[in-house]
Amino acid sequence: MKDFIIPNDRDMGTPAKSGAPVTLEIDGLPVTVPEGTSVLRAAAEAGIQIPKLCASDNLEAFGSCRLCVVEIEGRRGTPASCTTPVTPGMVVHTGSSKVRKIRKGVMELYISDHPLDCLTCSANGDCELQDMAGAVGLRNVRYEAPENGGLANHFEARNTSGEANPEWLPKDDSNPYFSYDPSKCIVCNRCVRACEEVQGTFALTIEGRGFDSRVAAGGPADDFLASDCVSCGACVQACPTATLQEKSIIELGTPDRSVITTCAYCGVGCSFKAEMNGDTLVRMTPYKHGKANRGHSCVKGRFAYGYAHHKDRILKPMIRDQISDPWREVEWDEAMTFAATRMLGLQEKYGKKSIGVITSSRCTNEETYLVQKLARAVFGNNNTDTCARVCHSPTGYGLGQTFGTSAGTQDFDSVEQTDVVVVIGANPTDGHPVFASRLKKRLREGAKLIIVDPRRIDLVKSAHVAASHHLPLRPGTNVAVVSALAHVIVTEGLMDQDFIRERCDWDEFQHYAEFISNPRHSPETTAMLTGVDPAELRAAARLFATGGNGSIYYGLGVTEHSQGSTTVMGIANLAMLTGNMGRPGVGVNPLRGQNNVQGACDMGSFPHELPGYRHVKGPEVRKVFEEAWGVQIDAEPGLRIPNMLDAAVDGTFKGLYCQGEDILQSDPDTKHVAAGLAAMECVIVHDLFLNETANYAHVFLPGSTFLEKDGTFTNAERRINRVRKVIPPLNGYADWEITQMLANAMGAGWHYTHPARIMDEIAATTPSFAGVDYALLEEKGSVQWPCNEAHPEGTPLMHVDGFMRGKGRFIVTEYVATDEKTGPRFPLLLTTGRILSQYNVGAQTRRTDNVVWHEEDLLEIHPHDAEVRGLKDGDWVRLASRAGETTLRAKLTDRVSPGVVYTTFHHPDTQANVITTDYSDWATNCPEYKVTAVQVSLSNGPTDWQEEYAAQAAQARRILPAAE
Amino acid sequence: MSPEKMVHMANQIATFFKTQPGNDQAARIAAHLTDYWEPRMLDQLHDHVGAGGKGLDDLVIAAEAEIVKTHVRA
Repeated sequence: MKDFIIPNDRDMGTPAKSGAPVTLEIDGLPVTVPEGTSVLRAAAEAGIQIPKLCASDNLEAFGSCRLCVVEIEGRRGTPASCTTPVTPGMVVHTGSSKVRKIRKGVMELYISDHPLDCLTCSANGDCELQDMAGAVGLRNVRYEAPENGGLANHFEARNTSGEANPEWLPKDDSNPYFSYDPSKCIVCNRCVRACEEVQGTFALTIEGRGFDSRVAAGGPADDFLASDCVSCGACVQACPTATLQEKSIIELGTPDRSVITTCAYCGVGCSFKAEMNGDTLVRMTPYKHGKANRGHSCVKGRFAYGYAHHKDRILKPMIRDQISDPWREVEWDEAMTFAATRMLGLQEKYGKKSIGVITSSRCTNEETYLVQKLARAVFGNNNTDTCARVCHSPTGYGLGQTFGTSAGTQDFDSVEQTDVVVVIGANPTDGHPVFASRLKKRLREGAKLIIVDPRRIDLVKSAHVAASHHLPLRPGTNVAVVSALAHVIVTEGLMDQDFIRERCDWDEFQHYAEFISNPRHSPETTAMLTGVDPAELRAAARLFATGGNGSIYYGLGVTEHSQGSTTVMGIANLAMLTGNMGRPGVGVNPLRGQNNVQGACDMGSFPHELPGYRHVKGPEVRKVFEEAWGVQIDAEPGLRIPNMLDAAVDGTFKGLYCQGEDILQSDPDTKHVAAGLAAMECVIVHDLFLNETANYAHVFLPGSTFLEKDGTFTNAERRINRVRKVIPPLNGYADWEITQMLANAMGAGWHYTHPARIMDEIAATTPSFAGVDYALLEEKGSVQWPCNEAHPEGTPLMHVDGFMRGKGRFIVTEYVATDEKTGPRFPLLLTTGRILSQYNVGAQTRRTDNVVWHEEDLLEIHPHDAEVRGLKDGDWVRLASRAGETTLRAKLTDRVSPGVVYTTFHHPDTQANVITTDYSDWATNCPEYKVTAVQVSLSNGPTDWQEEYAAQAAQARRILPAAE
Repeated sequence: MSPEKMVHMANQIATFFKTQPGNDQAARIAAHLTDYWEPRMLDQLHDHVGAGGKGLDDLVIAAEAEIVKTHVRA
């Protein structure tokens, strides 16, 4: 099996088209390409590289550099081949003496205003200007500065007399990851177009005219950091010279090879080229053949990988008898013996079900599979859960009940064919940035957008994108809003009757239609609860039902509520009502939070389900695993994370192996989590860093990053992507090896030699993965499950001919107010979320330069609420709920409505989760992070709790010096 | 877990199924509980019902009577 792939990502000059075939002749060769293709691309298809500078196949043709000129028989002049579409029978000459002379002249002009420091330039060997100068045969430059006319160039800071050159601008190094050197710019516009067309931020522009033209970020007073730039890196990737250059390349040199792998941040699952110089990673660039990202990335995936080498990373196993002791570094075998002895001892003393595991949504499928197998086959119980419990477990339940599977229905390419997009409780420009860029591209093409969110998120209005309707609902009223949308669709007769008759259970629909038609669900009646303008809601419902392909994308603003599962069912109802299912451009699309949260769920991480979402009560399913593993499988469901913590406090749950998750920071009601952890007698934390949970751990097993191991991640579109080892594990072992060592120390006798063998076992036991193996992934690049005999190449779209469960099922969705209510003591509602530059608990991103964008969590509060409390922007404020209190700085903004406050949870010293409560979704126990009644007041400094927490953490993180 | 929390969770489940059509709500609640609640939690529910079932929705009490028929104490 080959571990390294040489990517074929030759730039074809202009984007691919999909018209009828057109045949033409280029340099005597017949070429057939789709109608609409440029002559430049057609030549590239035939293997002829026409020189170019301003063209790139991820941007529309621009025709400014005049280097790609050609001669076409029967046409006058020398048209730019990038902007000239092919026509049948066209005869093109790309290398006539006439065009060669033009190109040389053009290059001479470019080079006359470019420094000739190629040998020491950071782009040396990776510079298109250099390549083109060579390709056109430029040998000398005749142009000189005019006598007494000053320096007519942009690259010399001073003339020979020492006078400053007014045309010269200094480098802008404000962005931590890349530099902008105006002296090397050829004004090809590629960066500006990439920012517009690929990223959709419109942060860059060309200032001035003619010789004064300069790339500029933001307004005259802005540098890159102060501008709207989101540091996605598309401009850096587009730049043909060293003008926009990664600082890592400036420091480390250009790469000599690359390995295709998958990003370990959000659920979009972007494919990347990890570019290596010897054994050093010098750059991550998005892979253009990656099917989730199509060559784009965000600031996290492209730049925020430095945590792998951060000084805080722990590389040696550590143990301690009690959490009040300092850590002691030990060898692997001692750590494993210590952990295994303790866990087995706990089972002996407190029973088989007294220990459990938490699998990681950041680790690979193979690693997660082994951790749940550890619980089921070695511990002999079903006490396995994963962080999906606290994010998308209601998706699993809700879509499972309505459609028959929890799977998101589409691939990301589907967004290119959507006409009306509903985004509910998701903030894609921050949480799923590459999907957001793809969505914004479609919106600029004319698709309509409806946003259901308490906050005015960026998508509501940003450059060249505006939502047709924003429904700023009161937190906790999702079901009422979704039901009101359905009420309008049903009572105004806008549903797709044919679809419903053919594809759904008609009796259940009849009952549902009667239920939802009741005036108590009308937007006018529910407006008092939801705060949403009824006219706006009616208009949104009409648009969704009648505007063409309607798609729904949703996030944790839907699931993390007492009625999370009910809202998911309501969303499924909306899709079925309008017939938006089973074709490109439609569907129900849960945006998954973490890189492998989909995979962790697929791999049987939940306490009631074996891999492939099959309930443990089924004897035939248990038999499959009993035969494969040679053990008896418990037929009763195990404990979910909140249940584990409750049982720990009750004294019946004593030991936990927690891989790659920081429950103390990420789970709600921190005090309760801490009490649960403190009550356990053996907590094994397996992570990169001494995270917050490790403050309560007895064993620390150092983990490996995604750069250091092989495996697979499954993204939000069910796409199984390969993760490839780029550097050896700094801690000595990949995580799957560490779990195997622990299992074997407990007597398991596992002998996996490579993650590919683990995938073989997954395929052998799990029908939806039956056709998956590493050879197929090598061949196809990626595949979407189900992948089996019926779908040998995977399944981009679900429910095409019928729902997984047979007939789609409409479920009655009655609104029930959450018990978390505002009152005189806690009059505001707190809701929580993420920011672009940080990821989840921040363990990775806080250890990168991303902190320049977000060094602390802030409390967003409406100016009205601030004023009545005497708060100013930047004040320290105390945020209190019935669960706890913390302090943080206030940010006054009208993004939140009066009565609603908002914060992020990326920093442990603010610890937003000390505020959140233990209320949870009725069906799945997914915590209600999104609604907490709070009060905000001025503060003098950290709360007692924050001080005690910091002291405990400092105490718990002590490490004894290694014995000599 | 505290009895209040257990009662709250069980009642939340009952609140959902109460809104659903049909006459088998208690059976559906019982099925949900046995599918998702670990035996220790079911034991706690039984004990609470045995002690009078304070605060529990009637449908939960009816569901518990169904569960008792098959559930073996942890």
